[in-house]
Amino acid sequence: MSEQTIDLKKRRFLTQATSVVGAVGMGFVAWPFISSWKPSARARAAGAPVDVDISKLEEGQLVRVLWHKKPVWIFRRGTEANAALSSPELEALLADPNGSGNSKSQQPTYANNTHRTIEGNEDVAVIVGVCTHLGCSPTYRPEPGAADLGGESWKGGFYCPCHGSKFDLAGRVYAGVPAPTNLVIPPYHFVSDTLIRIGVGPAA
Amino acid sequence: MKTLTKLQLSIATVVLSFSVLASPSVQLDEAKTDITDTASLQNGAKLFMNYCSGCHAISFMRYNRIGTDLGLSDADIEENLMFASDKVGENITTAMPEKGASDWFGGTPPDLSLVSRSKGTDWIYSYLKGFYADESRVFGVNNHVLENASMPDVLWSLREGQSEEAFDNDVRDITNFLDYVGEPAKLVRIDLGKKVLFFLAILFVLSYLLKKEYWKDVKYGIWRKRD
Amino acid sequence: MNNKQSWIDQRFPLTKVWNEHLAEYYTPRNFNFWYFFGSLAMLVLVIQLVTGIFLTMHFKPDSAQAFASVEYIMRDVEWGWLMRYLHSTGASAFFVVIYLHMYRGLLYGSYKAPRELIWILGMVLYIVLMAEAFMGYVLPWGQMSFWGAQVIISLFGSVPVIGPDLLTWILGDYAVGDPALNRFFSLHVVALPLILVVLVFLHIVALHAVGSNNPDGIEIKKNKDKDGIPKDGIPFHPYYVVKDIWVVVAFLMIFCAVVFFAPAMNGYFLENANFIEANPLKTPDHIAPLWYLTPFYSVLRAIPPMFGSQFPGVLGMGAALVILVALPWLDRSPVKSIRYRSAPFKWALGIFVISFIMLGWLGMQPVNELNAFLARLFTVLYFAFFILMPWYTSIGKTKPVPERTTE
Repeated sequence: MSEQTIDLKKRRFLTQATSVVGAVGMGFVAWPFISSWKPSARARAAGAPVDVDISKLEEGQLVRVLWHKKPVWIFRRGTEANAALSSPELEALLADPNGSGNSKSQQPTYANNTHRTIEGNEDVAVIVGVCTHLGCSPTYRPEPGAADLGGESWKGGFYCPCHGSKFDLAGRVYAGVPAPTNLVIPPYHFVSDTLIRIGVGPAA
Repeated sequence: MKTLTKLQLSIATVVLSFSVLASPSVQLDEAKTDITDTASLQNGAKLFMNYCSGCHAISFMRYNRIGTDLGLSDADIEENLMFASDKVGENITTAMPEKGASDWFGGTPPDLSLVSRSKGTDWIYSYLKGFYADESRVFGVNNHVLENASMPDVLWSLREGQSEEAFDNDVRDITNFLDYVGEPAKLVRIDLGKKVLFFLAILFVLSYLLKKEYWKDVKYGIWRKRD
Repeated sequence: MNNKQSWIDQRFPLTKVWNEHLAEYYTPRNFNFWYFFGSLAMLVLVIQLVTGIFLTMHFKPDSAQAFASVEYIMRDVEWGWLMRYLHSTGASAFFVVIYLHMYRGLLYGSYKAPRELIWILGMVLYIVLMAEAFMGYVLPWGQMSFWGAQVIISLFGSVPVIGPDLLTWILGDYAVGDPALNRFFSLHVVALPLILVVLVFLHIVALHAVGSNNPDGIEIKKNKDKDGIPKDGIPFHPYYVVKDIWVVVAFLMIFCAVVFFAPAMNGYFLENANFIEANPLKTPDHIAPLWYLTPFYSVLRAIPPMFGSQFPGVLGMGAALVILVALPWLDRSPVKSIRYRSAPFKWALGIFVISFIMLGWLGMQPVNELNAFLARLFTVLYFAFFILMPWYTSIGKTKPVPERTTE
């Protein structure tokens, strides 16, 4: 038989068609492997919402729970401290007092107020206790006027021992410290008057 | 060579057919479970939690997995299937303390997560139906399938008050549920397998056409048989 | 494109390797079904490596956590069940492919000169693969993992004089336990895969040095055209690349059918007893290795204890394995391919295949009088294939071997 000429068009088409379908197949194969890096059911269970009973939480008292492997503070501020949050002296020291600047994304929309809490529940604060600089957990320094924190200018709040960042009792960051943004407010809601669930926001 | 292969294959088949003669030592009833029957699985889940979970854990299983797979909400699970103050994402353990169990039963009631894979559904079905009265035993019962079993006949109350057929269906549902618990992925893998094979069939046809096209060179073209 | 290519070529023999080993590597034109299994073996190796890497991300090599970690993979890890089944099916698929690959060697005399080294490297690969599979099966820490390990490793204890110390040294303890699990994990995940990959590379280098055999058993390099290209050769790329791609898809269809529809294969790929966590206090009724190791297990059991020692059985099992290496020198026939071999050889090969399969089946059964007798019979026939080979390959009429390939 004489030598046949090659049908280049057919060859190119078949090669391309097979390659495309093959590439799609590779995508299908890659998907489960990439997906396997997502948090497993065990990780999701460990990251489940945490319930906190605040029936015995006294004024000024702070409790810590672990949620998503991070410390979350729940504390009762008290009326005086609450009122002091909106004082102009304090707000002058803060980098972003009303959360409209850099710190906009640090709280859920329902906590976009001076107290950074759910409206009507300004008394009890829920804050993720991780410094927004490099991740240390700041210490609770609620007493105003502490000598090592600036005396008169210290209105009470949190002090991070690692690099000296300061936050007020609503977790708002002071100006001129290493930390760039306010502390994060996690999603949370009141299951009842005395039970807070951290990890899920209030029903819309 | 072809004759040799045929001869080898036929002799091997005859000789290998001996392996078919293996039979189990105890005659087992067929469970005939259907893992695609969601209603059966839901009933089985409820029966298991009510009659079995007092002593037996299925600790490789999570409550919320049952919900996702069987079409139940977290609330359904919490109301009907959970008795302790566990969370819905946790593993299904049992309240039976290990030490107490070995004192009371002579052995710890085993975890049943994988019993359907180690013993099979026919065994579970036959075992649950296989209890009979035996005064010489501690709990007054023995079992046709597992001689001198330490387990009491926990389903006796389920048997009374309904027909034998209805009881068999309940036992089948529990067995079905345990089959699902043994391998939850079974619900998805068969369906997915069909899709995978369909895709591969398309790729098979395409790659064959591609091969044939190129091999024309070898049959008639530049690489044909040369002197 | 050409600029990039020449930049690389000035620093790395990319085009040279591409030509020498693919586009201008001349392969016999008459490859048939039996020639697929080499590249399929490479595919399965890649499957095992990739799935193994991902399984190692979740598996816990601790005797208290191993079994539970496998169930964690099966249930809690997204798509974990699929990666597990791919790996367990891959292990059995590897041996199906390798046994067919080796059988091709027997059919066409691929082990004969000048390809003895390819055969030897292949045999080393086979032994390493068996060790790799054995250790892999111990990792899930089920009843069969534990007791299979107990039985096989205690064979080392039967070695005269040094046996008991050797056994303790291998186990790192007085019985199979956490130290054994941990070191098997390291060997299975790191050491042996590296050795396998290196050996596969050497195996292919040795192959390319002499060129492939073919179903007619003739040397295609003996008939070259005026350009020095074997007249019966065709370039590997694109012809065998495109053929292998098609074969890979066909293989994947069968492979995926097993993975998705019958991953446990009724207890042959994932044994029932292995779904029960290892219990050092309770021996299962019936201990058997996985199917691909049972032929040699059969030989071990067939040889009775002598002078109060199990060691003869161990030696016999080892001999059954190692004697395969001697094939190139036992085979005295000038003819390579079964197409032209004498009748005595064809009978011998047929009996050998049946013996191997029967030994495999018998290795999965419990021992009784009939089985013990059959195991001994087939062990004798197995060894006879090799021991008598110098004789039966020298007698009988062979057919004339053609000068050129017949397809």
